[in-house]
Amino acid sequence: MMKRDEMLKVFVRQRKDEIVVAVYMAAQEITHIQPNDLNYTFVGAMGQGSSHALGLALGRPDKKVVVFDGDGSLLMNLGSLVTIANQAPKNYIHCLCENGCYETNGSVPIPRVGELRFAELAKAAGYKKTYEISDLAEWERELPNILKQEGPVFVTLKVEAGETYPENFPRLYSVEHREKFRQALAKS
Amino acid sequence: MADYPLTADKIKQEFKRAGIHFVVALPDRVTSHHLLKGLIADPDFKVVQVCKEDEGISICSGLYAAGHKSVFMMQYTGFLDSINAIRGVAVEGHFPVCMVVGLLGKEPDVAPTQSKKYGVKIIEPILDVMGIAHQLIERDADLPKIGQAIEKSFGGPAPSAILIGREPR
Repeated sequence: MMKRDEMLKVFVRQRKDEIVVAVYMAAQEITHIQPNDLNYTFVGAMGQGSSHALGLALGRPDKKVVVFDGDGSLLMNLGSLVTIANQAPKNYIHCLCENGCYETNGSVPIPRVGELRFAELAKAAGYKKTYEISDLAEWERELPNILKQEGPVFVTLKVEAGETYPENFPRLYSVEHREKFRQALAKS
Repeated sequence: MADYPLTADKIKQEFKRAGIHFVVALPDRVTSHHLLKGLIADPDFKVVQVCKEDEGISICSGLYAAGHKSVFMMQYTGFLDSINAIRGVAVEGHFPVCMVVGLLGKEPDVAPTQSKKYGVKIIEPILDVMGIAHQLIERDADLPKIGQAIEKSFGGPAPSAILIGREPR
């Protein structure tokens, strides 16, 4: 099991110019760990991160899009696995922060907690490559390959809450920051 | 077909004129046969089929953030099903999600609010209370409203709804 913020710190050390779509607590953390105009956090309604990321990936096939989704979020939008696999964007990397609960909404466990194999669902939907990673050293070692892989790629990341970062949900859902993202992407 | 009041191919031309390349869609009985299948067959369009309507709201938003115009086709039942995504993403996020909504079962030339079909009757009042601009397309004479709605939506940016009041053929 990895601390989520430590997992994200490993990612940002290897990040180049990828678009990052992050949801809820992962978004909360990455905006503190690595403020970056190519961080896209305005997903608006629970479960929608993977679909925003698909729009970005289809609209900018020249850029890698890495989405840090939540397990509760993905359960609300499981059909998106099929939609994404059907479009098969080569630049789409779907990282699932599996913490087994609805952390934002009181840490209530998700259905089938610990039993459900999200990577198997993604594989059955048609993702080209899937990973399950629960160890920080393994994540650090595999990440360069994952970022080079032709998508769509799915990575289950077994995480737990790490350090606490100040909550700033108005920042995540700020239209002004979304516009900054849009302008930064247009120049990128 | 000469006397039929609403032409699918002309709707397609309006999309092209408005600079639409991406069409996100879930099949709608009003538009599937003549319009959606025509869009799928046309290489000028990239049709992204979704499994659930709320996905479509977010895909169109991601496309906008990446610099693209798109429309999202669905049945009014799908509109009702995706209200929270429309609220949380399109309205509160000021994303120009341009929804093309088939009013399945609406009686020809009857205003949607006067329809005997409950689901159809409530669509315009819901759009009004959400502050979403809407246009009814029922005849070829209404077609210029499509380009106007798309332009206004992306100029905002704000969501909008193009209501298809009869099957285009």
